[in-house]
Amino acid sequence: MSSSAEILSQAFTLGYTYTRSTGPIVGQFLTSLRARKMVGIKASDGKVLMPPVEFDPVSADALSEFVDVADSGVVKTWCWVKQPRKAHPSDKPFAWAMIQLDGADTPMLHWVDAGDEAAMSTGMRVKVRWAEETKGLMSDINGFVPEAVALLGELKPAASDEQITGMEAPIYLTYNFTAGKATARYLQSMKKGKLVGQRCPNCRNVYIPPRGSCAACGVPTEEEVTLGNKATVESFTIVYIPIPGNPIKPPYVIANLVLDGANLSFLHLLSECKNEDVRIGMRVEALWKPEAEWGYAMENIQYFKPIDEPDVPVDQIGKLIDEGR
Amino acid sequence: MRDVAIVAFAQSNCQRDAGAQNEVELIMPVLSEVFKQTGIKSAQDVDFTCSGSCDYQQGAAFAFVAGVDALGAVPPIKESHVEMDAAWALYEAWLKIQMGHAESALLYGFGKSSPGELPIVLSQQLDPYYLAPLWVDTIAFAAMQARTMLDSGEITEADMAEVVARSRNNALANPHAQLKGDQTAADLLKEATYVSPLRLHDCCPISDGACAMIICTIEKAEEWGKPYAIIKGIDHRIETHHIGSRDLSRSVSTEIAGEAVGVKNGKVDVAELYAPFSHQEIILKKALGLGDDTVINPSGGVLAGNVMMASGLSRIGEVAMRIIRGEATRGVAHATSGPCLQQNLVTVLEAK
Repeated sequence: MSSSAEILSQAFTLGYTYTRSTGPIVGQFLTSLRARKMVGIKASDGKVLMPPVEFDPVSADALSEFVDVADSGVVKTWCWVKQPRKAHPSDKPFAWAMIQLDGADTPMLHWVDAGDEAAMSTGMRVKVRWAEETKGLMSDINGFVPEAVALLGELKPAASDEQITGMEAPIYLTYNFTAGKATARYLQSMKKGKLVGQRCPNCRNVYIPPRGSCAACGVPTEEEVTLGNKATVESFTIVYIPIPGNPIKPPYVIANLVLDGANLSFLHLLSECKNEDVRIGMRVEALWKPEAEWGYAMENIQYFKPIDEPDVPVDQIGKLIDEGR
Repeated sequence: MRDVAIVAFAQSNCQRDAGAQNEVELIMPVLSEVFKQTGIKSAQDVDFTCSGSCDYQQGAAFAFVAGVDALGAVPPIKESHVEMDAAWALYEAWLKIQMGHAESALLYGFGKSSPGELPIVLSQQLDPYYLAPLWVDTIAFAAMQARTMLDSGEITEADMAEVVARSRNNALANPHAQLKGDQTAADLLKEATYVSPLRLHDCCPISDGACAMIICTIEKAEEWGKPYAIIKGIDHRIETHHIGSRDLSRSVSTEIAGEAVGVKNGKVDVAELYAPFSHQEIILKKALGLGDDTVINPSGGVLAGNVMMASGLSRIGEVAMRIIRGEATRGVAHATSGPCLQQNLVTVLEAK
């Protein structure tokens, strides 16, 4: 996490590790692709659509008649990418192109490795450059090349000839997340070992962590309120299953805690007690990590632990009167 | 169809990076502004609330739910969301009013695209088997569409530069615009290509921001006693996701939607067209049958600032405000979604 005067941001990658079912039409196309063959599908009007779709784009009829098409064809339109993005299939300049394969009536999207923009033109002929290993994915086509280019690479036979019914389609997107103003102020206080919430100017409720608004009143919150380390258990759960990536060994207690002077709970760990003794209304206190380990994070508090104070009646939780309220 | 009034509209500035503003902090100022224009206090004072946004833009799951914190939804309100441009949130609310389920509605759209790599994020809205795995981005598709038109001789690069020059010039008078200037088409043509045949200025910028609108029945608008513009018709159509089957030099869905709302049934004083790429304004102008007597994109359009998921509603708001200010009596607003103008919404607005 980096920090400037006001802005806290952190890079992160969001991963969607999907496996998709293909259905019979896409599955057949990908199965053929793995065998280094191109197939289109016959539309209601007799035209051959490439790549195949399940339903006719005009009549909406279900389509089923596959048609072999060539692995070479004509560039119908294209664009030139001077500076490929990290996710792109080529790290050198390349063309995206809509390519109409011989025997097909619609063009399909793929990329062309032409070396130079000057080598590209609408109407030029190109052919598939098959990947050395094929897996039943669009990347089995390692781009197209101008038809005159000789392809010498060795092609391994497909590892399987089973019908493809699913495909791995992992997606990773990278972001630089920026905390909102209220969150940034809150995290900056956390780094100094202080719990600072915000008070609604309308209903006077205090929120921690603050979001910059009162969700109940729909008004901005600006007044800051420094809160203490004591809190009350509003509800809790005992976690028995290990959670991937979580270093804490189950069973452990996660509780909704309302800090004294605040009106909304947040989640944190509860420890230094028998799990079966945890109860709603229990009084607890934050145990901070050593100051040297403080960052812009809620984890500066290692956990909350019970203190020797009488339980708070359920109807009083979150309503403890704080000075100044 | 029942006439529906637009009584308030507000938009934030288009910024390349809104920095330390979360969704709530982006939305609240425009909400306060439309409440003030309407003379109401909060979302509690309308019958229905609907928003448009896409969590993939900022990579924050359920950001659209977090956005509800800006509304003051206690006691609970009737609320909905579209994972689309907020122009489609307007469509949902318009239907609610047609059905007699609401007399008034608050709409808002917001987008924070700066945290991610927007063209790559948008590549994942494409076909998940054939296109998304190649990471082909929206700029590439628009560039191939432009080349189709250049190859056929339907447009020239100078025509495209004219669109950009007019956008930048018009944006000089728009305080919310991100890109503005007095460059001529000849100046712009001297610049190098970006994703050939597109130059960087042919592409809309990436912007963060938000907008909000309040609509209601004519009776309610009269009760509130505020000036308003009237939605005379609204329609949206979509084309196939099989991009090879589309004629990219036309926008068939815009043609059909424009016909359905009767764009040609009167003089169009002003039109705001959601054309994220310069050549697409030419396609849309033709699809809607707009002549040279229509002022197109007086705000500068989205080439001057494009808040994904809010820009479509802003096109409608721009036209409505011009009508309310008496600068026009009849106008057309257009919103789009998907690659190469795949889905299009057309609205006809008139003065009281």
